[in-house]
Amino acid sequence: MKAAAFAYTRATSVDNALELLAVHGERARVLSGGQSLIPAMNLRLVAPEMVVDIGALAELRGIAIRGDTLLIGAATRHADLLTSSDIATCVPLLAAAAAHIAHPAIRNRGTVGGSLAQADPASELPACMLALGATIVVRGPGGERRIAAEDFFTGIYETQLAAQDLLVAIELPIAGKGSAHFFQEFARRHGDYAITGLAAQAVLDGAAFADLRLGYFAVGDKPVLAKAAARLTGVTMTSSVLAEAGDALSRELDPHEDQEATPAMRRHLAKVLLARCVASLLNRPDLHTGGQA
Amino acid sequence: MSSIRVNPDGLSVLDRPNSYIGKTVPRPNLDRLLQGRGLYVSDIELPRMAHVVFLRSPHAHAKIVSVDAVTAKEMPGVIAVVTGKELGAVITPWVGVLSHLKGLKSAPQSAIAVDRVCWQGEAVAAIVATSRAAAEDAAEHVAVAYQELEAVTDMRTALDPATPVIHASLGDNLAFERVHDAGAVDQAFAVSDAVVEADFIFGRHTGVTLEPRAVVADWNAAEARLTIYQGTQAPHMVQNIAALHLGLREAQVRVVCKDVGGSFGIKVHIYADEMATYALSKLLRRPIKFVADRVESFNTDIHARDHRCKGKIGVKRDGTITAFEIDDLTGIGPYSMYPRTSAIEANQVVNLVGGPYTSKNYRARARVVFQNKNVMCQYRAVGHPIACSVTEGLVDLAARKIGMDPLEIRRRNLIADDAYPCASPSGLRFEQLSHHASLDKIVAMMGYDALRAEQATLRKEGIHRGIGIASFIEVTNPSAAFYGVGGAKISSQDGVAVRLDAQGSVICQTSITEQGQGSESLTAQIVGSVLGVSMDRVRVILGDTDVTPYGGGTWASRGAGIGGEAALQATKILRKNILDVAAVILQSTPAELDIVNNAIVNVSDGASRIELNELARIVYFRPDTLPPGIQPELMATKHFVPREYPFAFTNGVQAAWVEVDTETGFVKLLRHWVVEDCGTIINPQLVDEQIRGGVVQGLGAALFEKCIYDERGQLTNANMADYLVPMSGEMPDIDIGHVVSPTRESELGAKGAGEAGTAGAAAAVTNAVNDALSPFGTIITEIPLTPQVILTALGKI
Ligand SMILES: Cc1cc2nc3c(=O)[nH]c(=O)nc-3n(C[C@H](O)[C@H](O)[C@H](O)COP(=O)(O)OP(=O)(O)OC[C@H]3O[C@@H](n4cnc5c(N)ncnc54)[C@H](O)[C@@H]3O)c2cc1C
Repeated sequence: MKAAAFAYTRATSVDNALELLAVHGERARVLSGGQSLIPAMNLRLVAPEMVVDIGALAELRGIAIRGDTLLIGAATRHADLLTSSDIATCVPLLAAAAAHIAHPAIRNRGTVGGSLAQADPASELPACMLALGATIVVRGPGGERRIAAEDFFTGIYETQLAAQDLLVAIELPIAGKGSAHFFQEFARRHGDYAITGLAAQAVLDGAAFADLRLGYFAVGDKPVLAKAAARLTGVTMTSSVLAEAGDALSRELDPHEDQEATPAMRRHLAKVLLARCVASLLNRPDLHTGGQA
Repeated sequence: MSSIRVNPDGLSVLDRPNSYIGKTVPRPNLDRLLQGRGLYVSDIELPRMAHVVFLRSPHAHAKIVSVDAVTAKEMPGVIAVVTGKELGAVITPWVGVLSHLKGLKSAPQSAIAVDRVCWQGEAVAAIVATSRAAAEDAAEHVAVAYQELEAVTDMRTALDPATPVIHASLGDNLAFERVHDAGAVDQAFAVSDAVVEADFIFGRHTGVTLEPRAVVADWNAAEARLTIYQGTQAPHMVQNIAALHLGLREAQVRVVCKDVGGSFGIKVHIYADEMATYALSKLLRRPIKFVADRVESFNTDIHARDHRCKGKIGVKRDGTITAFEIDDLTGIGPYSMYPRTSAIEANQVVNLVGGPYTSKNYRARARVVFQNKNVMCQYRAVGHPIACSVTEGLVDLAARKIGMDPLEIRRRNLIADDAYPCASPSGLRFEQLSHHASLDKIVAMMGYDALRAEQATLRKEGIHRGIGIASFIEVTNPSAAFYGVGGAKISSQDGVAVRLDAQGSVICQTSITEQGQGSESLTAQIVGSVLGVSMDRVRVILGDTDVTPYGGGTWASRGAGIGGEAALQATKILRKNILDVAAVILQSTPAELDIVNNAIVNVSDGASRIELNELARIVYFRPDTLPPGIQPELMATKHFVPREYPFAFTNGVQAAWVEVDTETGFVKLLRHWVVEDCGTIINPQLVDEQIRGGVVQGLGAALFEKCIYDERGQLTNANMADYLVPMSGEMPDIDIGHVVSPTRESELGAKGAGEAGTAGAAAAVTNAVNDALSPFGTIITEIPLTPQVILTALGKI
């Protein structure tokens, strides 16, 4: 199919982009990497009258350390997450996650900001933002807003972003001593959106968790920061503690049904991920049950 | 490579110095395609060409109350909006039946639906505009009022009295039924030590060609001729059908087939929207282009394999298989496809079940029912994956029941390699197969015993791996028995014309077609070898009904075996003609001369006597120097069709080594092996890649591919994100070996190799998964084997 006719403007600055969005409002769409927007336009699922391309804005691209915070520009590509040494040392979870986003060609174009703005509940990066305690930096007609990742995602393809807003950056606390991460997802094929996935960030205290943040994705209409994690922190890990946490997780999740999985299957896979995550982070193979493939 | 039959005649025309037969030589069309100089239908631009977009029904079954195109017709760039009724002025409807499939019935189908739509995706109006985008804009403004009708979607209830009949004139929803009963089945079951039954379920899937279906139709009113540019596997069939329904003589229709981006059987049929495109060109008197987009490809490219098959096997304690019985049910959509029909797949299932084995007791029923879903028809390895999965699934179940190794039960029941010629329980005649040689070879390739040992060790660690074996037979080189006897004007013979040009190069026109499998290469290899010229001197022309001899094209694994033999025979004549002239020029005899490396040489000492280009110069420009009465004929034509056997059966065996994560239900394909016997191998690399590609499509069926319909007949995953094609990341290494039993029906000895990979891959994987899960006491007989299916079977969810 062919996209419906649209007007196109290449923004010359963030201010220029904001002006264009202010003028065109609901009729406009920001174009970043285009890996979600363009397919949707070609299928005529969306038909914006104006496309505001932010691809040329160098000010939106890049990864930088500011004190104890890591700053990622909204137009930073998924591929950059895989090669950046700052990512590898400060938030390695993002590099682990980025490897699972689609395929190289898509990662070369798709952007971090685009993925968060798209807010696909099966996407890797939104769940990572929850696990990492990210702050999403947004600029709109009323100036700059800084929104906690936990508040940013509101539903399927829905966020706190209004039509006139531009997501400009992400701020992440730099991983400190004792921190560890785990990332795994179950997808039918390499590069597919996950059936269920887990992005976890932990602080270890000897053989126990001092802190554990579990960002689940593809388990409902938005990424979930699992409360069940609380049951696993500050305790001696046993298989019964883990099983209780798994049951709590099952109760807490409200997964959707689609062609890949029933809610029961998603709950089951979420529990499997929990066990694998704990076993891996605490280096306790005894907690990892069943075969692997 | 092991040969189980020595060629009794000694050196053949193919065993010549510098022969290309059996050699991996680069395909002549490779550079052109890799440099982006291919010419696909969507590349074709003609003066005054317009683009058609079809507005398609959103309903599975509905009356068309009205079509309002007033607004659409006024939109920019729009040339015409045409309904089914209006198009009916230039094209007649068709009925997809063949007389040899007794009782097969179907209803008249129109190029564009008239009054009623019968599946989601059937065209209701054609919008013709100056560009595809303009036509899509206008399509959004064509208002169609529908009155929804109840949709028949579940094949299991399609024949129930309470289910609406889709075509009232047919009386019921049964398109075709075949019953077969051979030997004494009941008695055989009665004397068996064990009888095992299972229900096998196969996911409906489709071919997903990289290049979608595409047509440019150009009616030239001044010449009263229609030129059709189309990526088809059968140009002469398209010519015949287009002429028939447009009221033209075949001579008024030219079909040109340039490069084709994958077919797999998808492009061997006549689709309603293609017919509509031909008709629109005639109606509007200008070239019209139709290129299906991905969504409409999913909704209109034929689907296949939607079967539910009950199977039953009897076995004795010593492993002897006593009988097979099947009851197969398949839903084919609302019409039998034209002109090959949608009964062939079920018919093949009946033909092929139990085929590799000695048991003569076989009872089968196959029923083919109508539904309000997209049409189903022949796709790569028609019926074979169903028959192979059922047969090999049953054989494994029988083995398990009596506690016998899956290899052993096959060794005891496969037809012996020296038992040929013989026939299958369904009456198919086998010339020469090599099941045991193939099985021995694959066992060695895979290191069966070591794998079994590894499996046992890993199982103790909670890692569940499994081995699956699947022997199979494959129908290739079909004679007229396939379609011609049923009244279809689909040629089973093929022709090749070869001529020496004025500089000693060869131009070869063949009626087989090229869709990427290497028809062009194998033809050039044969011509070059038989004649004695280098391949770079052979130019092969395919895919043009004005230019090539008349023939069937490339489908049912027939290109090499039939078209290749025609090339061989034509080239033999040309060679003889050349040697006759050479003998005159050189004052020698033909027997003393040979053609080697583009020159006439002495047989005795190999000394070069005259270059072919010099011979051609004399013949074409200085015939006055030849003795009186000599009229050289440097062009030769031959046609070939197998006459002795209706089909050249091939055989083979596949093996899969998989790992199942019993916590997540994911299957990892670790390794796959194939041994097959396609007779003479012309180009080993092409054969191996055909096998690999075929295996990958079979693995797609095993694990990923399924057209998911809801109960209202809506295809819910008509896109590349939700319909999962197999991708390289999940594919295992595929090792291939060969056994060679050439067919004696032709001098070439080649049988087909295009579908063997697809035939047995899913069966091998399913058997392997069940082998891996054997400690859990569960058997899965449904594909695709999704994590959901496996976890459910394991009782985990
Ligand atoms: C085949 C394929 C497979 C894929 N698989 C995955 C996968 O496994 N996991 C995954 O997470 N993603 C996947 N994607 C999506 C990919 O990651 C996209 O890159 C991402 O979702 C969107 O990023 P983008 O830069 O391409 O955004 P675009 O497509 O340009 O935009 C997406 C949306 O966000 C809005 N937007 C973009 N940037 C901003 C901004 N700065 N401020 C405000 N709004 C903005 C746009 O207006 C649009 O609505 C896949 C895509 C394809 C084509």
